[in-house]
Amino acid sequence: MVQKLDYLKETTSQTAGPYVHIGLAPGAAGFSIFERELGWDIAGPDAPGERIRVEGLVIDGTGAPVKDVLLEVWQADANGVYAHPEDPRSAGVAPGFRGWGRVITNFDTGLWGFDTIRPGATPGRGRDVQAPHLNLWLVARGINIGLNTRMYFPEDAALHGADPVLRTIEQRDRVATLIATKTGPGAYRFDIRLQGQGETVFIDV
Amino acid sequence: MKPAEFYMRDRTLHPPAHHPGYKTSVPRSPRMPLLTMHQTPSEITGPTFGHNDFGPLDNDLISNFNHGGDPVGERIILHGRVLDENGRPVPNTLVEIWQANASGRYRHKKDIYLGALDPNFGGCGRTLTDSDGYYYFRTIKPGPYPWLNYVNSWRPRHIHVSVFGTSFSQRLITQLYFEGDPLIPLCPIVQTIPDPEAVQRLIAVMDLNASVPMDCLAYKFDIVLRGRRSTLFENRLEGN
Repeated sequence: MVQKLDYLKETTSQTAGPYVHIGLAPGAAGFSIFERELGWDIAGPDAPGERIRVEGLVIDGTGAPVKDVLLEVWQADANGVYAHPEDPRSAGVAPGFRGWGRVITNFDTGLWGFDTIRPGATPGRGRDVQAPHLNLWLVARGINIGLNTRMYFPEDAALHGADPVLRTIEQRDRVATLIATKTGPGAYRFDIRLQGQGETVFIDV
Repeated sequence: MKPAEFYMRDRTLHPPAHHPGYKTSVPRSPRMPLLTMHQTPSEITGPTFGHNDFGPLDNDLISNFNHGGDPVGERIILHGRVLDENGRPVPNTLVEIWQANASGRYRHKKDIYLGALDPNFGGCGRTLTDSDGYYYFRTIKPGPYPWLNYVNSWRPRHIHVSVFGTSFSQRLITQLYFEGDPLIPLCPIVQTIPDPEAVQRLIAVMDLNASVPMDCLAYKFDIVLRGRRSTLFENRLEGN
C-alpha cells in the first residue's frame, strides 16, 4: 500500500428545496423573525458609483419562469475592488459597500431584481483584466447544486473580447447569454435560461 | 506560502443537475457542460459577516420564535465544525439552517401539508462559526413529510444547511439527515447522490456526550468546504 492522502471530501450538495425562503429570506416566507435579514444592502448609500437596477427571470426548459428561485450576487465596487481581505486593494473599498446581495422572486411572476452600483473592471490572473461583471449563484427546488454564472454589461463590448471568461466560450453565440440588455438609464434586464434554446452559460468556478 | 486557488470541485460527490428520479430537476437542469475556467479574484473572494449582523437568539430555534411557550417536539442540539478539504477549520463563517417543525410542517405560505403549524416554532436559525470553525444550534428534531414526487414519496427528517466559507466558490447548500431514519434510502432527493459514502456523510450522528442531561439530545454534523492550494513558488503566483 502506498501512503494515504488525508484530504477530507467536500460535503455533498442537496437542493435548497421549495422553502429556501424560510432560512434565507424569512420575510418572504410570510413571517418576521430576525431584526435584520441579510443581503439587501449590496452597496450602501455612501458607496460611490453609478446606481443601477438589474431585473430578470429565471426560465426553465419549458419556457416557464421559475418562481421559487433564490439568487445571490457578489461584485466589486465601482473601482473594481472586492470587499474581502484577499483583494490587495480592499483597504480602499468604498465605504458602506458590501458587494453581496440576496434576492428572491415575486411568487406570482418570477421576476427578481436588485439595486446596486455598476462594478468596475477587476484584475484577472497575471495581466488579465476582467470586464465589469456581477457574479451570480442561484438555487431552487429542482436545482441539485447551486449554479454559478456571470452578468456582463452591454456598454463594455470593447472589453469583452479579452475577458478571461467570455473569451473561453467556444460557441461564440453563447457569449450573448452572459450580457445583460439595457432597458433604460441605469436599468438592466438579465434573463437566465436553465435549459434549451439560449441556455445560459453556467460556470464551474 | 500564500493561499491560491481552491481545489477543483469533485463533481462525482455531488448530484448531477439532471436526475430523472427527482422530477423537478428535469426541466430545471442545464444540458450544456459547465464552462471550465481558472479562478480569478472574483472566485477567491466572497462576502464576510460580522456579529453586528445577528441577534442573540438567532441560533436558538427553541427560543427565537417564542410566542408564549416552547415549541413541541424532540429538543436537540445540532453542532459540529466547518472544515475545508485540508482539514483546517473555517472560522467566522456564516451557517444558516431552516427546517420543518416536529409535525413535518414548514412555516411558509406555500406549504399546505396538514401537519400542524407550531405557534412557537419559526424554523430558521443562523450563526457564525467560532475561531475553531465550531458552530451550534438548539432546535427541535424535524418531522418527516410527504411530497408529490411519486404518489407516496416522503422526505426523511432533515435540516437544510447553507454555508459560505471564505470565497464565493465555496458556497454550498445541503441537507443533513438523522442517524437511523428508515426514509433516507427511499428518498428521491437523497437518491440523486451518486456516491453511497457521500450519502453517509450527510447523516448527523447522535452525540450523547454533547447532550444536556434531563434537557436535550445532541447530533453532530461536520461540514467540509473546498480546500485550497498554496502558492509554493512566488514567480508562478496567479498563473501566467
